[in-house]
Amino acid sequence: TVLITALCILMLAILANLYRVVKGPSSADRVIALDSVGINLIASIAVFSVLLHTHAFFDLILLIGILSFIGTIAFARFIERGVVIERKR
Amino acid sequence: MVILHLAIILPFIFALLAPLLNRLLPRVHTGWLMLPVPVVLFAYMLSLIPVIREQGDLEGTIPWIPSLGVDFHVYADGLSLLFALLITGIGSLVLLYSIFYLDKNKEKLVHFYVYLMLFMGAMFGLVMSDNLMVLYSFWELTSISSFLLIAFWHKREKSRYGALKSMVITVFGGLAMFAGFLLLYVMTGTFSIREIMGDASAIANHALFIPAMLLILLGAFTKSAQFPFHIWLPDAMEAPTPVSAYLHSATMVKAGIYLVARMSPIFAGEALWLWLVSGLGLLTLVYGSYRALKQVDLKSMLAFSTISQLGLIMSLFGLGSAAALYTGTAQAEFYSKATMAAVFHLLNHAIFKGALFMVVGIVDHETGTRDIRKLGGLMSVMPITFTIAMIGSFSMAGIPPFNGFLSKEMFFTAMLNIRTMELFGMEAWGTLFPVIAWVASIFTFVYSMLLVFRTFGGKAQFDKLEKKPHEAPLGMLISPVVLATLVIVFGLFPNLASYSLIEPAMAAVHPGLLSPGEQFMVSISLWHGLTIELFMTIGVATVGILLFLMHKRTAVLNQPLFAKAILNRSYDGGMRMMERLSGAITRVYMTGSIRHYLIYIFVFLILAIGMTLFSEDALKVDTTGFADMTFYEAAILIALVLSSVSVLFVTSRLTAIILTGAVGYLVALFFVIFRAPDLALTQLSVETVSVALFLLCFYHLPKLKKELVSLRFKLGNFIIALGVGTIMTLVALSASGTRPFQSISHYFLENSYKLAGGKNVVNVILVDFRGFDTMFEIVVLGIASFGIYSMIRLKLKEDGAEGG
Repeated sequence: TVLITALCILMLAILANLYRVVKGPSSADRVIALDSVGINLIASIAVFSVLLHTHAFFDLILLIGILSFIGTIAFARFIERGVVIERKR
Repeated sequence: MVILHLAIILPFIFALLAPLLNRLLPRVHTGWLMLPVPVVLFAYMLSLIPVIREQGDLEGTIPWIPSLGVDFHVYADGLSLLFALLITGIGSLVLLYSIFYLDKNKEKLVHFYVYLMLFMGAMFGLVMSDNLMVLYSFWELTSISSFLLIAFWHKREKSRYGALKSMVITVFGGLAMFAGFLLLYVMTGTFSIREIMGDASAIANHALFIPAMLLILLGAFTKSAQFPFHIWLPDAMEAPTPVSAYLHSATMVKAGIYLVARMSPIFAGEALWLWLVSGLGLLTLVYGSYRALKQVDLKSMLAFSTISQLGLIMSLFGLGSAAALYTGTAQAEFYSKATMAAVFHLLNHAIFKGALFMVVGIVDHETGTRDIRKLGGLMSVMPITFTIAMIGSFSMAGIPPFNGFLSKEMFFTAMLNIRTMELFGMEAWGTLFPVIAWVASIFTFVYSMLLVFRTFGGKAQFDKLEKKPHEAPLGMLISPVVLATLVIVFGLFPNLASYSLIEPAMAAVHPGLLSPGEQFMVSISLWHGLTIELFMTIGVATVGILLFLMHKRTAVLNQPLFAKAILNRSYDGGMRMMERLSGAITRVYMTGSIRHYLIYIFVFLILAIGMTLFSEDALKVDTTGFADMTFYEAAILIALVLSSVSVLFVTSRLTAIILTGAVGYLVALFFVIFRAPDLALTQLSVETVSVALFLLCFYHLPKLKKELVSLRFKLGNFIIALGVGTIMTLVALSASGTRPFQSISHYFLENSYKLAGGKNVVNVILVDFRGFDTMFEIVVLGIASFGIYSMIRLKLKEDGAEGG
């Protein structure tokens, strides 16, 4: 039950973040919100795998960590410079 | 394998050899090389006359598709023999004529003779076939070769028009006939005409009997240019004259008549058959002879004359079928006189019409025109041609002592006889028949006179002609002279043909009417006493001469009753309408907009699946096997629904992309709680990459067209989307509600470590149990990446076309 409560709280956090994603006045707000959604997801997957008594999802945690990092960086570059990958000439 | 088979194949062999022979002997006119074929066949057919009379009919078969009952079965009886003699005999004369008619250096002779040989073989096979399917094959081959021959001068637009029109009409009829043959097969279970005849009484009350009859008659009427399908024949006159003489007077247009005569033992005795064949024949006779009066082109005049004479023969065959009702009585002989007249006139018409066409060809060749208004006074310049034309026309008009007189007398006899019939409402309408026939004969008389006297008589007006007219070369005259001689011979000694040709043909049309050893009484005499028929002929001649003398002042003859050819106009209009209509229909639904096509696809999907769901009573929602819903499933579901629905309502594209990404990640979460770690991994990375790609696309959207507006709400789209969603939900629910058998997954679970040595079942399935799928997925990815690379790199810009 503790774990389920934790999960519920994380879900609420995700929903709140999503609200920010939808509403967010600027792009930066949305990007930050998405980043924190990702971290919340990591947390909830971790709690969930404890709940299921399995370690099959630990890869997923790592992957989300990497992806949300890369995604945030890419968005940041996009907002900052207009392109994600610059051409090397 | 009988000699008959060889005889049928011979023209085809020569059609194959013609180009080779032409290459080997370039100096010889190809026609000389082809001439032996019909001559040999004609001689062979002549030698068959006594054989068939004494030993009965010849037959032989070569299996073709035995499993379907289609065999190349040939059967020669009196009727086929008569047609075969016409085909080969007139074929020889036409070939001889064409040698002098077509110039060796100016025309593509090889083409001409290949087509002509094809036609000859097809026609010959047509009349000899006993198998309906083989008959149909030859039938279509005559249509195709006739198409090629009409458009022989394919650089002229009118030739192409005429060829197309005749093709459309005759193939339309041919297909109807094919359907009729199939119905016959359904009823009797055989394609053999003889066997079907044996079953004729058994199928007479079958439900398909009348449709089969109508369809077969449609084929016969289109081929034989009966009203209202006659319109192709005048346009087919764009063909070279030997072709007109051969195909459009003597042979191909008689294929329909052959079919009617051949099918007569099956369908005769049916009121509809008699009325349709005779009635339509008479209508064609009157209409054709009336229209022939108005033509100014000699060949058109002959074309309409052919139409009307074919109507005459057709109506006689129809009346002759009445004899089948009186089998065994004296009346049978009485009504079968009509068949005798039909067969005799068939022979006569082929002879004199062939001669007349050749005459017109000569006139055209020597003066450069066929327009009756420019011709005149050729009598003294072309005496031989004039004589032939006169013999032919007088025979056509029915003047003694030519053969046309005899067949016209017999025609009147048959028409008068039919009044005595007491069936099918004949007592009420029978009187009409001789009257119509008489009127048509007057028209025939007048146009025959016009043909001769406006071409050869009257004032000479050579200044209007392109060439200086003179008598034709001898070679060109041989064939018409032979035919004209035959006209006189059959006129003076009609009994030459009566027991050799006409009687066997009659016996073929009326099988079962005679007891064995008996024969029809065929006696045709030039003088048969003072009968009504004779007075009718005298009347025809008197009124005809009067009308001819006044033809410039008689409104009936000059002013067209039908302002223009109504039927041609409706044919052209119909063709145009069909083109326009199909174009319009295509334009209505092929809009070029993907949105519309998607609508069609989705609507079809909804209708097809929805209908099936309800009509098959497959809609079962059984919730017993369902698992309980947990709290986090509900939470993710709500989030999923929220983000998907809000995709529809957001105003900016960027938000839509991000929301789509959110949906993807939530699906990944679903994979997590449904215990699919591999799927979740893949889903996450793929989703990230695709969101990145979406952003790339977003960034590169053209500046001008950037319309960051809300989706326009369309009720139709909404309903369709809702429908698709509902249907798919129902299908999913019904499918999971009914599970007829166990899934095979337990096998994989048990054996993945035992057989494949892996604990990750998903991966083992992917690379081991079902490795082939994975391989081709890899191929798909490879193709996609190559495709992207080449789309970016290869920008072919060829005159305006945007590549890439």
